[in-house]
Amino acid sequence: MRVKRSPKLVAAALLAVGLLSMWVVGSQGARGPTSSQDMGPVVVYSGRSEALVGPLFEEFERATGIDVRVRYGDTAELAATLLEEGSRSPADLFFAQDAGALGAVAAAGLFEKLPQPLLDRVEPRFRSPHGSWIGVSGRARVVAYSTERVRPEELPDSITGFTDPRWKGRIGWPPTNGSFQAFVTALRKTLGEDGARQWLLGVKANEPKAYRNNTAIIQAIAAGEIDVGFVNHYYLYQFLAERGPSLPVRNYHPRAGDAGAMVNVAGVGLLKSSQHKEAALRLIDFLLSRQAQEYFASQTYEYPLVVGVPAHPDLVPLERIKTPHIDLGDLADLETTLELLWETGVL
Amino acid sequence: MRSVASGVERAGPLSLRPTWATLRSGGRTASPVPLGLVMAALLTTAVLLIPPLYLVIRAAEGWQRSWQWLLHPRTWHLLHNSLVLAGAVTVTAVALALPLAWLLARTDLRHKRLWLVLLALPLAMPSYVGTFALQAAVQPGGVAAILLESLAGRVTLPRVEGFWGAWWVLTLFTYPYVLLPVRAAWSRFDPGLEEAARSLGVGRARRFWRVVLPQLWPSVTAGALVVAMYVLSDFGAVSLVRYDTLPLAIYAQYGGSFDRARAAVLALLLLLITVVLHRVERAVQRRQAVLFRAQPGVPRPPSPVRLGRWAGPATLACALVAVAAWGLPALSLLHWLSWGLVRGTSGVDHLRAVAQAAASSVYVAALAAAVAVAAAFPLAYLTTRFPGRLARAVEEAAYLSFGLPGIVVALALVFFGVRYLGPLYQTISLLVMAHTVHFMPQALAPQSAALARLNPHLEEVARSLGERPAGVLRRVVLPLLRPGVLAGASLVFLTSIKELPSTLLLSPTGFRTLAALTWMSAAEGFFARAALPGLVLLGVSAASVAIMLRHEQERWGHR
Repeated sequence: MRVKRSPKLVAAALLAVGLLSMWVVGSQGARGPTSSQDMGPVVVYSGRSEALVGPLFEEFERATGIDVRVRYGDTAELAATLLEEGSRSPADLFFAQDAGALGAVAAAGLFEKLPQPLLDRVEPRFRSPHGSWIGVSGRARVVAYSTERVRPEELPDSITGFTDPRWKGRIGWPPTNGSFQAFVTALRKTLGEDGARQWLLGVKANEPKAYRNNTAIIQAIAAGEIDVGFVNHYYLYQFLAERGPSLPVRNYHPRAGDAGAMVNVAGVGLLKSSQHKEAALRLIDFLLSRQAQEYFASQTYEYPLVVGVPAHPDLVPLERIKTPHIDLGDLADLETTLELLWETGVL
Repeated sequence: MRSVASGVERAGPLSLRPTWATLRSGGRTASPVPLGLVMAALLTTAVLLIPPLYLVIRAAEGWQRSWQWLLHPRTWHLLHNSLVLAGAVTVTAVALALPLAWLLARTDLRHKRLWLVLLALPLAMPSYVGTFALQAAVQPGGVAAILLESLAGRVTLPRVEGFWGAWWVLTLFTYPYVLLPVRAAWSRFDPGLEEAARSLGVGRARRFWRVVLPQLWPSVTAGALVVAMYVLSDFGAVSLVRYDTLPLAIYAQYGGSFDRARAAVLALLLLLITVVLHRVERAVQRRQAVLFRAQPGVPRPPSPVRLGRWAGPATLACALVAVAAWGLPALSLLHWLSWGLVRGTSGVDHLRAVAQAAASSVYVAALAAAVAVAAAFPLAYLTTRFPGRLARAVEEAAYLSFGLPGIVVALALVFFGVRYLGPLYQTISLLVMAHTVHFMPQALAPQSAALARLNPHLEEVARSLGERPAGVLRRVVLPLLRPGVLAGASLVFLTSIKELPSTLLLSPTGFRTLAALTWMSAAEGFFARAALPGLVLLGVSAASVAIMLRHEQERWGHR
């Protein structure tokens, strides 16, 4: 009899614990009246990982006494969640891995316009033209090349130069990689649909090798499989840190100011539905502080975007990179890009 | 007296053990359905319909655009890829599971209990963790590559990529869904049937086709259905091996294009496939199960087949499957863990976080399991005891969400929760609701099967002795249903504990589970930190697999 009862008892106990915890969690979620000084809590939906940005939030809590509650997740999934939640969202801030997600949330009218003094700390090319979100750190598209088999002066000014037959069999690219696809979206915005198609077909005629990700491409260049590859800038520095400066691979930023030299950003936006805007703005202010910006530069080799904070000394300074004139928030059109990649047989 | 009763004979009034099929095909439609049961079933069904309803609402928003897109060649390409992969994996999973089930059910293989646990373990492997670890294991410098090189010199292992990668990986992670029910059915076999056939001069091959297979068929098709739906809804494995399927495109819609109408249309397509598959499976079940009718009396346990000199190769085969399915991924994780220990990234803080996450994971998964089996009961009772149009509709509703990728179910609950259940939004209860809605068939199927095997006359006898309906339920039905309930609870537990999107989107802010911790670390390349939660997740799930199987064993031991 005892044996038979036990699962029921366990189930009953579990249910009781469940109800209790619901009550506890529910009562925690209730927001008290705002005092004169907004002390939060600030709820952040973060598409950047806890290992990376967790220490920053802790530092902010220590410095200000404002409670930060973070929901970590995939940038795209969190953006989709914000779109579903609409004006009822419990979130105050959205910290996204890429500008496309910020653009989508902004397009739905869910972001508050940020105060001008805050916006002014970052160059206009790295924030929303409408002031609805702001870049925090940047990732540059580059052409990684072998220092053994390619002389820097051989590299074309524009990314379109790689359709030239002399690059036949020497190129590597990652057609399934998200950053690469964002770059193709930028190509579509700068060259038009036909231009992007021509570029894809032109490079394809040069029989590029497809790799799974950026890391594999750097490895393949070092191993002599290919001579150049289309990647994000920071992977190289992770390799250099591990294997030392003798690694025969370097980055090249195309000089023509096209999609090949695009700098995509991770950034942050303030939700209109936020009930703790003051505290949330202080958190944005903190992410743009010298301390936080230097943290990104040293932890991830990303570019600090606040004017006056220098990048890692090994990197080409941001001022010297000529980026294309596009609204980064416009890059949220992945499906058309996927269709194009599929149509041209690249994917 | 044992007899082979082939043909379409219905269970007569004196039969003590009518089959599943005779019940379903209308053996007992005479009595009216109790109102309370209907209400309970309808209430559950209403909750189960949240994801499909959400999809219809979203698809309707961009109606014309969406429907045009349904005819786009790319949609057909995705559909084709999804179906081919699901078909291929289902075939190989069944082909792999059948011989293993035979070894574990009908032979004198040694340590069968241990092998059963070891071979069922892939159930515990989240496909994103398993695929990632397998890929890492076979690439240069991975554990498999290192091991092989020390044995056979320099080798290049094939990359786990594309269609072949998806096929391989998903077969290894899903075959237990066929193995478990088939093995259980096979060890329940009445040897009398086979003996009767042999005495009639039927040869070995024909005996397998005419006697054994038809008896196994219901469990094979039930398992195959689960495998097919798992593959159709899988995102983790296909995204890592980069094979273009419907779930991948649905994620791309939500993630890259933020076009929810298109995502909804694609998801509705998956839903349609689910309905078709479920109907096919039901038709097969109905046709096949009627061929045989169990007879009164206690079947005697079958005598095991002696393996003799095949014992060695058989053991080796079991070991190979176990090593490929979870041994290699687990080794990869251990490899990373040792890395982390050497570099000191796995400190006390990390340990504490993992322990907390483990407690949260077990807690949520256990709640989901309890709620799911409780919610499944009225559905199971209705479908087995009162078959008919209502029962069919209710059962179909339970299967609808099962073939959807996690993100769709999670967003449906976000949509619904934030609008209509405000105070419950981002609490454990909504998360539990999401798991229950998503994995309902796993709780429902074993309960229905157990109910179908349960003689309804027992209930009538109890009634005739003056017990009230509630008393019959409590004192007769529920105790006898325990194995089915436990099996269902374990399956929901295992699936919930590794589920990712719902956990990330619906849990209370700051709440962390093992699955979330593993994913978060691996996503940013902190493999050493991903290893420990991954291993603990495997360990916890392994323990629950062992408990599930122990209860199953006890049950047959009693008979």
